[in-house]
Order: sequence, then structure tokens, then C-alpha cells
Amino acid sequence: MRSRGLIAGLMSIGLAATSAHAVDTSEGIKIGVLTDLSGTYSDLSGAGSVWSAKQAVADYLKDHPGAKIEVVQADHQNKPDIAANTARQWFDTDGVDVIVDLVTSSTAIAVVNIAKEKNKVALVSGAGSSDLTGKSCTPNSIHWTYDTYALATGTGSAVVKTGGDSWFFLTADYAFGQALERDTSAVVLKNGGKVLGSVKHPFPAQDFSSFLLQAQASKAKVIGLANAGADTTNAIKQASEFGIVQGGQSLAGLLVFLSDVHALGLKTAQGLVFTESWYWDTSDANRAFAKAFSAANNGKYPTMVHAGVYSSVIHYLKAVDALKSDTDGAAVVAKMKELPTDDVLYGKGTVRADGRKLHDMYLFEVKKPEESKGPYDYYKVRATIPAADAFRPLAEGNCPLTAAK
Amino acid sequence: MNGKNLEVLVMAGLFVLLLAAPFVVYPVLMMQMLCFALFASAFNLLIGYVGLLSFGHAMFFGGAAYITAHTVKVMGFPPEAGILAGTLAAAVLALATGVLAIRRQGIYFAMVTLALAQMVYFYCLQSPYTGGEDGIQGVPRGRMFGMIDLSNDLTLYYVVLAIFTFGFFVIYRTIHSPFGQVLKAIRENEPRAISLGYRVDQYKLMAFVLSGTLAGLAGSTKAIVFQLASLTDAAWQMSGEVVLMTLLGGLGTVIGPAVGAILIILMQEKFKTLGDWVLVTQGVVFVLTVLLFRKGIAGEIAAYATRIRR
Repeated sequence: MRSRGLIAGLMSIGLAATSAHAVDTSEGIKIGVLTDLSGTYSDLSGAGSVWSAKQAVADYLKDHPGAKIEVVQADHQNKPDIAANTARQWFDTDGVDVIVDLVTSSTAIAVVNIAKEKNKVALVSGAGSSDLTGKSCTPNSIHWTYDTYALATGTGSAVVKTGGDSWFFLTADYAFGQALERDTSAVVLKNGGKVLGSVKHPFPAQDFSSFLLQAQASKAKVIGLANAGADTTNAIKQASEFGIVQGGQSLAGLLVFLSDVHALGLKTAQGLVFTESWYWDTSDANRAFAKAFSAANNGKYPTMVHAGVYSSVIHYLKAVDALKSDTDGAAVVAKMKELPTDDVLYGKGTVRADGRKLHDMYLFEVKKPEESKGPYDYYKVRATIPAADAFRPLAEGNCPLTAAK
Repeated sequence: MNGKNLEVLVMAGLFVLLLAAPFVVYPVLMMQMLCFALFASAFNLLIGYVGLLSFGHAMFFGGAAYITAHTVKVMGFPPEAGILAGTLAAAVLALATGVLAIRRQGIYFAMVTLALAQMVYFYCLQSPYTGGEDGIQGVPRGRMFGMIDLSNDLTLYYVVLAIFTFGFFVIYRTIHSPFGQVLKAIRENEPRAISLGYRVDQYKLMAFVLSGTLAGLAGSTKAIVFQLASLTDAAWQMSGEVVLMTLLGGLGTVIGPAVGAILIILMQEKFKTLGDWVLVTQGVVFVLTVLLFRKGIAGEIAAYATRIRR
């Protein structure tokens, strides 16, 4: 008897909190926002992305009352295995039709592969790896907001054209940082600039002083930060302490978001130039979106990733509406590529055969504290990079989808 | 009924449950649980029965995952050969690190293993084969022995269950063998074991290699299940997580670590919509376990069973 009790106890542990997995048969559309709700990237995507997806659905429902659309969310903690597991479960048992946002490249690549396997849809907004429209491209995914190639070339060419013709790189010593440096220096050289040198720092790094001193001593006009996240913000903070910008050199960030600038503050970040695809203070529609966003998100303002989530959800819903079906993921994505994109935030654009969404990119410069008039009034536009020049040419990506043709 | 029979009975019951589980629970989640259960059980072999706290088991888990992913994806190995290659690589790595690490005890042992694991981590980050922070993605599941199609989740589940059962059986046999008795003697009183004529270093090394190899088996299997190997598997946080699983379930009990692993994975799974609260909940559960169930959940239940039998 006792042993039976023990077995029962262990069984209940083994099966604790498990639920019968019913297959979802609802007719409506289910959108899954898979993002970082708790970690480093939760400010640039996170809860704001969930809000943006819901907002897109609400705006769509104004014109299409009665459509059944549901938005669900999950935290992938920036771990590809958790992302893969969630995506599988969403597609297999929860009836999710499309996954959006997907910040960090490793999770995005994992989910894109699963979307292909299950013939569903993945719309990547948060992640940057240009492999998503290169060797990892699929007929079931679209890379929406930006990619590392666009940021590197946008910043590289625009900065050289506006006078910053000698560069020194501060590079995070791993594949991602090296790729950024390689892409950017190629563009700098192509536009007639020169690269005076580079220094690799460990990833992740806390102390940038010796690297920054080398950069300062190089007398390069521009110091390119080929790193991301906390490395970039740490480097900018310490550069500010060394007075590098005041000394006449400028910093070029290769992966910087509005939330990073906000965290750094204008005093530290002033003069930083970088490329983004969207800024809230460029049109009335953007300002209205930002106002609603900030009211719902503790005063935070939307980043380009949030706007990208909104834009991608709107276009997805349009394509499903045109097809009258959401069951065949590849067909929906084909329709999305066929239809021109048009939404209030990103305006008119197209989706290329390899899944690259094309729109203009902008070179921004961070304002001086005295130029800023209100909350999040941080950027001034230095240059607009037309969609045709901003992204990697189709032929250079080696996407298997387009190579076959 | 004596303790050993009871243990066998419990395990047989659990096995039947595991056979039926994929019809109730999502199979991929079950496979994740089994991989981590095997990983925690392998870890437990070292800390629970030899008393050595390794803080670098992620290197075996993650290293094997990378080797399996690379051999299957790039070199075109079938899945069983990939898993074997990953496991063997973990064994070699365990032998190399074990020879260095077992010369020290306690915190020094933990630090040596941590340092070596960090070296493996940075190799995975930097090496051209591992894809940096993206990891190796899109590993094909393929066909086992050329005929079992692993792309079906249910089929793969039973393969994973077979691997888990094999690994678990090896651990069970090890613990209950004369070799296991010597390990326990070393844990209880190392000088006495030496005075009895045992070469404790060789025993420890053997246990270390066995533990590392089985952790590698778990990592290799995970790479096939999720079709990817990433830095998460090799990072030091993974070494910490397996300690947490083992302590939660019950240090030095046969099924405790597996129970702990299942609970941790379930928590991550159930709370993933909560964001930050996953970590807070894990922390609270851990503190409560340490305060209320000193022997871990399974350990406490076993102790209770022993008490009422008297």
C-alpha cells in the first residue's frame, strides 16, 4: 500500500501541470509574438512588440469588422531552444498561424526553419542577421525591419559621403562583430574612404579604455563600433568619458536603437551617427502611433522594431484577406511578396523574392542636449538612403530560393 | 518489501508513464525533459555519489551538441553516428579535463572545471565551425539506421526514450555495482578509502568520464531533437541550471535529478508568458526546496517512505 502511495506521488510529480493538448480548430487567425520579455532586448522589442501587434490587429479590424484574430505572446529568453520549442508547440497544438518579432538572430533562424517545416509564416522584425535573406532564407519567412548589411552599408556610405572618410573599427571578437566590420569597411573603401585600422575586443567586454585609446591615437575621423547591445552602450559611455567626440572624432554605431540612446542619455550619446529604418518624429502618422504607444507602455517610445512588427502584421492580414485563407504558409508569403506593402508607419514598399522587405533607411545623428525639445526628441536625419541602395543586391545574398531561377 | 524492490517498482511505473506520456503531453516538450533528465542524472552521478561538484558540465553537454550538429549537418552523418560522435567527443573531453580536475577538491575542483568549461565556451563562440552566436541551425533529423524516419515527433520521442533509458540504466547499474560502493566510500571518507587500498584518483576519474560521457549523450540527443546547437548549451548558466535541477529533485537519489529536471523544464514552459517572473519563481521554488525539503523532493519522499515502513 505504502509503495503504491509513493508511486502515485511520483506519478503526480511527473505529470504535474501537464495539460491535454487539444488541436486548435478555430477558424480565426492567431498571431504569436515571440520575443524577449525579460532580458537585454526587452526594451527594443519585448512588451512593446506585443502592443504593436495588437494595435495592428485593432486597426485592421476597423476596416474588417468581424474577423477573428487573436494575439498570443511568449518569452524566448533569447535562447534558440526555447524559441524552437515554443514555435513548434504553437504551430502544432495551439493553432498559431504566424510568428512575429523574433529578436536575436539565433532564435529567428531557428523559428524560420520550423515555419518552413510546418508550412506556417515567420515575420522577423527584431533580429538583424542578413543570413535570414541569404543562406537561411525560406519561402515561409520575411525579414522586415532592417538587417546588418543595410546598417553597415547605410552608415558606411552615408558617413563617408558626408565627410567622414577615415575609419577605425572597434570590433567585438566573434562572428557577428567581424561580419559587421567586414561589410562596413568594404563600403567605406568603395566610397573612397580609408580604414586606418581596427582593434578586437573580447565579447562581452566591460572595460574599453585601452581600445578607445588606440582608436583615439589612430586619428581616424570616425570610430566604427562593430558590436551590439551592452558592448555598444559601454563603449559609447567610456568614449564620452575620454572626450572622444569633443576631441573631434565621431562615433558611428552599427547597431543602435532608440532605446539604447534613451538609456545612454543625450549628454553621453550626442553626435553618434547610425542607421535605422524608422523614427517616430518623421510624420504625423508616426507621431500619433508613438503617442498611443507611449501612453500604453509607461512613457516609452516605439523603436523601429515595434513599428516593424506593426507594419508586418498589417501586411500579413492584407495578404490573408486577399487569399481568403491562412492555412498554407508559403502561399500567404507568396501573396505578401506579390502585393505592394502600404501602411501608415513604413509607407509604400515591396517584399523581394528572397523575403527582404524594402523601404528607405535613414542615417540619424543624436542631438545635443540643448537641441532636444521633449521626451525622446533625440534624432536628426542626416541622410535618407533610398530603398534601392539600402539593402544587399538580390544576387549577392545567395538565397537558395532565388539562386534556382 | 525492501528498498531496492520498491525502487525498481517505482522506476517501472515511471517507465510505463513515459511510454504513454506523448499522447497526453506535447512530445517535443517531453523530449526536452528527457534530455535534461539524463543530463541531470549524469551530473548527479558525480556530485551525488562521489561528492565532486563540477561547475563545468555544460562543456560536455554543449560540446557534444556542437559535434553532433556539425557531423550531421556538414559531414552528412546519419543521426545515430552523429550522436555517437558527440558522445565520444564528450568522453575524450571528460578524460582530458578529468585528469586535471580530480587532483583538486571542493571549491578548487569546481573552479578548475568552470575554467575549462569557459575555454570550451569561447571556442564555440569563436571557431569558424560553430556559427558564433547563431549556433549551428537547421540540423536535419534524418533517418536512424537508414530506416527510422525521425522527422515524426512521436517516432523521435521513442528513440529519445530509448536513449534516456539506456543512459539511466548505465547510471543505475553503476550506482549499484561494487564500483558504485567504492565511489560512495570515497564520498563519505576519502582518507579511509585510501587506507583500505583503493586508488581513489582512478575511481574518481572513471566516474568523471562516465558522468561527462552521459552528459554528452544528453547534449547530442538534444541537438537532434531541436535541430540546433547553440551557445546556451555551452554557457556557464547551463552548468548552474543542472546543479539547480539536481538539488531540487534530490542529491544522491536515483530518480531525484530526473524529477528536478522535469520540474524546472515545466516551470520554464508554463511561465514563459510571464517574462521576468520565470527566474523569480525558479528562485522562490529553489529557496523553499532548500528550506523545506533538505534532501530534495524525491529524496524527501524516499525518506518519508523509509520512515513509515519502520
